[in-house]
Amino acid sequence: MIRIPCPFCGTRDHSEFTYGGDGSIIYPSLDAPMQDWHDAVFQRENICGVQVETWQHANGCRMWIYVERDTMTHEIHSVRAAHPDMAVALEVTI
Amino acid sequence: MTGTRLNSGGRIDRSRPLRFTWDGRSYQGYAGDTLASALMAGGEVILGRSFKYHRPRGIMSAGVEESGAIVTLGTGDRVEPNAKATMVELFDGLAAKGQNAWPSVRNDVGSALGLFGRFFSAGFYYKTFMGLPPFEWGRGTGVWMQYEKLIRKAAGMGEAARVADPDTYDHVHAFCDILVVGSGPAGMSAALQAAKLGKDVILVEQDFELGGDLLNQRDPMSEAQRQEQVTALEVAGVRIMTRTTAFGLYDYGTAGLLQRVTDHLAVKPDHSPRQRFWTVRAGATILATGALERTLAFENNDRPGVMTSAAARSYLNRFGVLPGQKIVLSTNNDSAYVTAAELAQAGAKITLVDLRAEISPNLSALMKSAGVKMKTGLAPRKALGKKSVTGVQLARPQDDRWIAAETLPCDLLLVSAGWSPVVNLLSHRGAKPVWDQTLACFLPAPCSENVTMAGAAAGHWNTMDCAASGVAAAHLATGQKADEIALAGWETPIKPVYEVRLAGKKTKSFVDLQHDVTSSDIRLAHQEGFVSVEHLKRYTTLGMATDQGKMGNIIGLALMAEALGKDIPAVGTTRFRPPYTPVAIGALAGRNTGSHFKVLRRTPLHDWNLRHGATMTDAGLWHRPWYFARKGESFNETYIREATTVRDTLGICDVSSLGKIAVQGPDASEFLNRIYSNAFAKLAVGKARYGIMLRDDGMVLDDGTTWRLSENDFLLTTTTTGAGKVMVWLEELLQLRWPELKVHVSSVSDQWAGVSVAGPKTRAAIAACLEDPEAISAENLPFMGVRETRLKGGIKCLIARISFSGELAYEVYVPANNGEAMMDLLWATSEPLGGCLYGLEALGTLRIEKGHVTGAELDGRVTIDDAGLGKMASLKKSFIGSALRKRPALERSDRPQLVGIFPKDRSESFNGGALLCNPGEISGFGEGWITAVTHSPALGHWIGIGFISGGHDAWQGKSVTATDPVRKGDVTVEIVSPHMFDPKGERMHG
Repeated sequence: MIRIPCPFCGTRDHSEFTYGGDGSIIYPSLDAPMQDWHDAVFQRENICGVQVETWQHANGCRMWIYVERDTMTHEIHSVRAAHPDMAVALEVTI
Repeated sequence: MTGTRLNSGGRIDRSRPLRFTWDGRSYQGYAGDTLASALMAGGEVILGRSFKYHRPRGIMSAGVEESGAIVTLGTGDRVEPNAKATMVELFDGLAAKGQNAWPSVRNDVGSALGLFGRFFSAGFYYKTFMGLPPFEWGRGTGVWMQYEKLIRKAAGMGEAARVADPDTYDHVHAFCDILVVGSGPAGMSAALQAAKLGKDVILVEQDFELGGDLLNQRDPMSEAQRQEQVTALEVAGVRIMTRTTAFGLYDYGTAGLLQRVTDHLAVKPDHSPRQRFWTVRAGATILATGALERTLAFENNDRPGVMTSAAARSYLNRFGVLPGQKIVLSTNNDSAYVTAAELAQAGAKITLVDLRAEISPNLSALMKSAGVKMKTGLAPRKALGKKSVTGVQLARPQDDRWIAAETLPCDLLLVSAGWSPVVNLLSHRGAKPVWDQTLACFLPAPCSENVTMAGAAAGHWNTMDCAASGVAAAHLATGQKADEIALAGWETPIKPVYEVRLAGKKTKSFVDLQHDVTSSDIRLAHQEGFVSVEHLKRYTTLGMATDQGKMGNIIGLALMAEALGKDIPAVGTTRFRPPYTPVAIGALAGRNTGSHFKVLRRTPLHDWNLRHGATMTDAGLWHRPWYFARKGESFNETYIREATTVRDTLGICDVSSLGKIAVQGPDASEFLNRIYSNAFAKLAVGKARYGIMLRDDGMVLDDGTTWRLSENDFLLTTTTTGAGKVMVWLEELLQLRWPELKVHVSSVSDQWAGVSVAGPKTRAAIAACLEDPEAISAENLPFMGVRETRLKGGIKCLIARISFSGELAYEVYVPANNGEAMMDLLWATSEPLGGCLYGLEALGTLRIEKGHVTGAELDGRVTIDDAGLGKMASLKKSFIGSALRKRPALERSDRPQLVGIFPKDRSESFNGGALLCNPGEISGFGEGWITAVTHSPALGHWIGIGFISGGHDAWQGKSVTATDPVRKGDVTVEIVSPHMFDPKGERMHG
């Protein structure tokens, strides 16, 4: 039972969230060559340790977030809103 | 073993007798008894038969570690097999029976199987299946299959009820600062101290009374203190949960609890669930789970009448039962001495046999004053007696061997071979226990999470230290400084012993009693090359019974270590996994059963459809009309009539379940242009367009029409099943990839009720419902046009002229609350025109005739070209998936492509899911598959669509075998264009 501190809603059970994927991927532009897309979509690390992931608070605020999670211990090191403007706005208000 | 109820003493209430039955016979116990104590008091000795050998088994413990008295509770549909009699609280009317035996546990025909013991040694199943003689593969398998039936019948646990569980179970969630598991001296102190520190505390106890080992004490002072503490806990506001087992610890301080709500009640109230499954999220957890007394491997150590020493104390002091008259107590540590004295005081003749040569003068004096005979330097090597213990042969250690010593007659043999702290829950968190040489047990290792062990579970053997360690644990758990409580051990150190046997002698000495694993099995596994304990466990099934090796694991490890010539820490231990004690599947399911198993979604037109004769079917989570049968009409007749009516006149179909997403904002058209494979940037206001979305990897994600309602306002529709994933995908793109786009998406699926009205007479039927009938004239609403107008009565509606059926067709959407009003209007004008209501089956027929794809075809492995929609992929722009859809393997011409399928003999039918094969080459995956079939009224025979390598071009004019071996066999088919009806699409433009 991982518990994720949603930046919008507060700490909630992971069952309210859906896992997205590797949050470190920078997707190429739509007109980028096939090789770039191939690398972004298929060449993924299988990290044992801390990795950045995307999660969506699907049964909550529907917002996507970046979660820094240790895949060995489930320890969560940081959470922030995925949308950069939202992330900034939340920092200002807190 | 001859248990007798004492006239006084114990915690039972002699003024409240309870009647119960055992194997159909009536017995009496008292309130406060367990089933085990009541049966023992009733003189019953054999309560079970063992798993493999059907050996008689009796009560061995007084707790969760019980491996002998495994019984079946209840009758009829409320049968619970494999219950531990030692954990079953007695109530009036309880019905229990023996299991794994015929005709009864006392006289079991199956016990003859013990003679064939060699068949059941470690790895019997593996060896048999691996083809060793006499069952070599190919030759002997048939023989094995015969044996297997017999073995299955003979071996095993109890039988579950064959009918649905009538009870209800609840799921409950709770939070607390501190969760304390176990209410012995350590647990109660910890809970009290934590509460005093202002913490919100939950105290969990699996027993029906608080106190843990305090319940087994004879000293009245101890009972007074216990009651004082219970009162203090209540006053301090600790939430106390008895009859509740913490069966697992999970991440983030989450604990799984099973609370038995009505199991112990004679009359079970209807409003109560049988059990509650709690998910507790605790800030910190304190495990005061105690320790279990170990037994010892020696010949016939499973005989009824062989019991742990602590169990005897519990039966005597808690339940007022003297478990034997003539007792031998064998020990290697100090804990059994008080038990021996108390049993002697209660009138038993008792001989204490200590393996240690010397013991402290205190204990010697205690034995002398209590009248207990003492012998030292001895251990039991064989229990005598067939169905119950009649004596014990002893042995003494000399050099590295055991040599035979005297024989003592007895009716009860008590064994104390040391104590094992219950580290199971900590092990669930991945903390490996550490072997302590001095105490001869595994002790909890430090855990990186806020989980603290206290009391006997942490290796404290005396009550004072346990209480002190509870207080210290409360301090640690709350982040305060805590006293370090040293492990005191015994006055005279324990002398570890795990097995007693004379050299070279083959014996049946049990290690895991519940799974009938013997010490010979462990040695055999070693001889056969097993080194890792995890492999040993799986090969011998040691510790894999319902008790998870609570009594036997340590013996098994010790024997493995001895065989390997290593010490126990070098061998290690297996990881315990949840649950600590079995959890009923019903409790896991909770209320999520039957119609509550999954969410049910109803369209706004659900009731209207039912009133008009709909038979519903599941479509994802939705209930949708399947067909609208008239009186006496069969399923096939109905959908064929419905489809025919649509092509001849008109039909109305509920399409409210289609996903609807409002895409709004100044960048909405740019956004749509990126996500759809075809051009959307120039879609005019008041127009709809069919679009296909791909995934990043170039496969088709979903399809649907998108309507431009105004400059910055689009209504995007998805398939019924794709609605959820498309919404998630759009949100991901807007928040993660393209945050610069000014677009907002919101799901409006539930806000609209929608119907598709299709057929040549559609325009007249809809026009008659509109305030302005001209709104849908061919000029005002051309093909793929969208407009907002009003139904009679001023109901706002959106009408789009789009067609899935291939006929002149419109989709009409109104706000969900007006759904029924819309249907009443439409049906009133359609019915007189000869129109019908149609369901999913006829919708399927119409779309298959047209070769339109749905979820059955777009299964995530299909490219836009495979689906025959390659021309929908723009070459002028980049979009999601445009790069990777060009991967060479996806462009091969022999990829399976969408085709239509006709039976060669037009009078034949065939099945969806059949494989398409070259005639004469029916093997492997074939050349393709059929995704959907229907009887086509337009064509007058069965048709299908599917995929086949190379598509229509490669198979034109050739015969193909549609093979469906399980259902129908082979049908010869031919491959045609998927556009089987009105290929030019003239009808929908009409």
